Amino acid sequence: MTANLNLWLIPILPLAGAAINGFFGRKSSRQAVTTVGLFFSGAALAWALLVVARVSSATLPYHEYLAQWIRSGSFSVDFAFYLDQLSLVMLLVVTGVGFLIHIYSVGYMWDDPSYYRFFSYLNLFMFFMLTLVLADNYLVMFIGWEGVGLASYLLIGFWFTKDSAASAGKKAFIVNRIGDFGFLIALFLLIKHFKSLNFDQVFQSVAPMGAETASAGLLTAIGILLMVGACGKSAQIPLYIWLPDAMEGPTPVSALIHAATMVTAGVYMVSRSHVVFERAPMALTVVAVIGTLTAFFAATIGIAQTDIKKVLAYSTVSQLGYMFMACGVGAFSAGIFHLMTHAFFKGLLFLAAGSVIHAVGGEQDMRKMGGLRSYIPWTFLTMSIATLAISGVPPLAGFWSKDEILCKAYQVSWVYWLIGLVTAFITSFYMFRLLYMTFFGDYRGVQADAHGSHGHDAHGHGEPHESPKVMLVPLMILAVLSLVGGLVGVGNRFEHFLAPVFESGNKFYPPLLDAAASAGPIENPGGNSMEYVLMGASVAVAFLGWYLAYLLYLRRPELPQKIADSLDGLYEAVVHKYYVDELYAAVFVKPLIDGSTRILWHGVDQDLIDAAVNDAGDGARHVSDELRHMQSGNLRSYAGWIAAGSAVVIAVMIWMWTGAR
Amino acid sequence: MVPSYVPLSYYLLLSGFLFACGVVGFLIKRNIITIFMSIELMLNGVNLSFVAFAAHWHALAGQVFVFFVMVVAAAEAAVGLAIIIAVYRTRETLNVDQVNLLKL
Repeated sequence: MTANLNLWLIPILPLAGAAINGFFGRKSSRQAVTTVGLFFSGAALAWALLVVARVSSATLPYHEYLAQWIRSGSFSVDFAFYLDQLSLVMLLVVTGVGFLIHIYSVGYMWDDPSYYRFFSYLNLFMFFMLTLVLADNYLVMFIGWEGVGLASYLLIGFWFTKDSAASAGKKAFIVNRIGDFGFLIALFLLIKHFKSLNFDQVFQSVAPMGAETASAGLLTAIGILLMVGACGKSAQIPLYIWLPDAMEGPTPVSALIHAATMVTAGVYMVSRSHVVFERAPMALTVVAVIGTLTAFFAATIGIAQTDIKKVLAYSTVSQLGYMFMACGVGAFSAGIFHLMTHAFFKGLLFLAAGSVIHAVGGEQDMRKMGGLRSYIPWTFLTMSIATLAISGVPPLAGFWSKDEILCKAYQVSWVYWLIGLVTAFITSFYMFRLLYMTFFGDYRGVQADAHGSHGHDAHGHGEPHESPKVMLVPLMILAVLSLVGGLVGVGNRFEHFLAPVFESGNKFYPPLLDAAASAGPIENPGGNSMEYVLMGASVAVAFLGWYLAYLLYLRRPELPQKIADSLDGLYEAVVHKYYVDELYAAVFVKPLIDGSTRILWHGVDQDLIDAAVNDAGDGARHVSDELRHMQSGNLRSYAGWIAAGSAVVIAVMIWMWTGAR
Repeated sequence: MVPSYVPLSYYLLLSGFLFACGVVGFLIKRNIITIFMSIELMLNGVNLSFVAFAAHWHALAGQVFVFFVMVVAAAEAAVGLAIIIAVYRTRETLNVDQVNLLKL
C-alpha cells in the first residue's frame, strides 16, 4: 500500500484561491489577484505532478476516504476520492491546461474591471472540475458535475450587462438541467438496484451480469440515462445548442471550459461507467449513433459560420462527437486519448483565436480579418500547428487519436467509419478555411491609418498587434503539446496505460465487442495492413480538405459565394444552423412561455392568488365604507344604537333563560 | 287576603317604566339639559329596583349600591353641567343635533 497522497489538496487549493479572490479581490491590486489566482491553480498542478511521481501502476487504483456524508441503513455515500489511470489522465489535463489558461487570462483579462471576479470563478471551476474527475462515487462526481455547470454559467454570463451573454448563460444552465435530469434518474436507478453509488461497489455488482443483448433491461436504461446526462454536459445532439451560444463568455473561458475540460466531462463519465455500457449493447449503440451524428452534423454547420469562435464551437461539438463515437464502439481508451489531444489543440485554437480577437480589437467576424499573418506571426504559427493537429495531419496530436477512433469504429461498423471519415474531411476543410480567412489575403478590417496616431492603448485602435508574452507562452506550450502529444499513443501505449481501467470489468465477462460486432459486418483488420489503409484514408481526406480550403479561400476567394448562391436553400439552412434553435423555440420554448404566461402567470398568479388577496382587501374596504356611516357624530343615533344593542342583549338573555328551563 | 305590603313586582314595573321613560326621553329630546335629566331618570329607575330588591331579600348591599350610584350621579351632574355650560359658551346652542363635529 502506498503512502497517503493527500489527493484532497488538489481540488481544495483552487477553492482556496477562489475564496480569497472572491472575498478580498475587489480591494486588492491586479498583481495580488494574479498572484493568488496563479499560485493556487499552479499549486494544484504541482501537487498533481507530485502525485504522478509518487504513484505507479501497482498502487492504482488508490482510494482516499475523507469524511462520511450520507448514511442511511445499508446505503452510504462518503466524501472520498479515487485515483486510477483514467482519473490521472483527466487530472493532468485539467490542471495542466487549466494552469496554462490561467496564465493566458492574465494578459487577456488585464483591462477588465472585474479582473478579480474572473479569477475567482476560474479557480472555482478548477475546484469543481477536479472534484468531478477525482470522485470516488457518483454523488461526489455529481457535486463536481453541477459545480462546473454553475461555474460555466457564471463565466458565460461574465459580461452580464450584455444581454446576449446573460441569456447565453441561462440557456447553457437550462439545457444542462435537462441532461442532469437523466443523470439523476440513472443515479436513482443505481441506488435502487445496487444499493450503492460507489464506483467499485456498483461495478462489482454489475460485472457478473450478462450483457443485455436480447432485450433492453436495467443496464440499458441506466446507460441511456447516463448518456442523456452526458449529452447535456458534452453538447451532443439533441442538447448541443447551448455550446455555440456559450461563446459569449470571455475567450479563455471558451478554451478552458467549453473546449478542453468541462465539456469532456460527459466522455469521462461514460468512460468511467464503461462497465455498465459494456453490458448494454443497445446503450452503446445509442452512444455511438449520437456521437457519429453529432460529429457530422456539427461539422457541416461549422463550414458556414463566419464568427471565428462559433466555428471553433461547432468544431468542439463535432470533436466531442468523435469521442462519443469511440466510446460507443467500445474504444473508451481511444475516446480518452482524443479527449486529451483535443484538450491540447482545441485549447490552443481557442487561445489563439482569443489572441487574434485581441489583436484586431475585439472583432470576431472572420470576414473582417485576413492577412493577419504578418502582424501576429506567433499567433499564426501556433494556430497553424493547432489547425494541422485537428485536421489529422501526421504526426501531430489529432492524427493519432482521430485515426485510432476511426480504426476502432471500422472494426464495429463501416458506417461509423465512413461518416467519421467524411467528418474528418469537413473538419480539415473548415479549419483551413478559418486559417485562410484569418491569416491570409488582405486585411479587411478597419484601416489602421484612420486613427493610427492615437496609439493602441485600448482595443479597437491601431493596427493589429501581437499579444503580450504572458499570452504567447501558453500558446507555445500548448503548440508543443499539440505537436508531440499524440506520440504517447504510438504503438497503443496509451491504450495499454489505460488498460487496467477498461479491462477491470471484463474479468467476469468476455469483451463486449463480440456482442456489438455481431451487429455489423465483421471485418477485423488482418493485422497492420488494414490499419495502414485506414490511416492512409484519413490522411488523404485531411489533405483533401486542406486543398479544397486552399482552392476556395486563397486561390479563388470569389468562388465560395458562387457556390453558396447556387446551393441557395441548403446554404441558408446551414448558415442558420439547420434552424434547430428556431425549431426548439417553436416546439419547447414557446409553448412553455405561453403556458407560463397564460396559465401560470395570468391564470393562477393573477386571477387566483393576486385576485384572492386583492378581493379580500377590497371587500374589507367596502364593508368598512358602509359601516363608517354609523359614526355619524349624532349623539342621539349613538344612543339609539346602544338602546337597540341593549334590547338585543336583553332579548337574548331572556330567550336563553327561558330556553334553559 | 290583602297583602300587608306592596309586592316586589310593582316596584320593578315602576322602575322599568321610569327607566324606559329615561331612554325614550334620551332618544327623542334634542335639548342637552333634557337629555341630562333623562339620564338622571334612568339612574333613579335603577336605584328604585336596587332598593326594592334590597328590601325584598333583606340584603343591605342594594342600599349601599344606591348610595354609590347617588354619589356618582352627583359627581356626574357637576361635570356634565360644566360641560354643558362649556358647550353653550362655544356653540351658542344646546341642540345636540348641532353638536356633531366629532365624526368622520
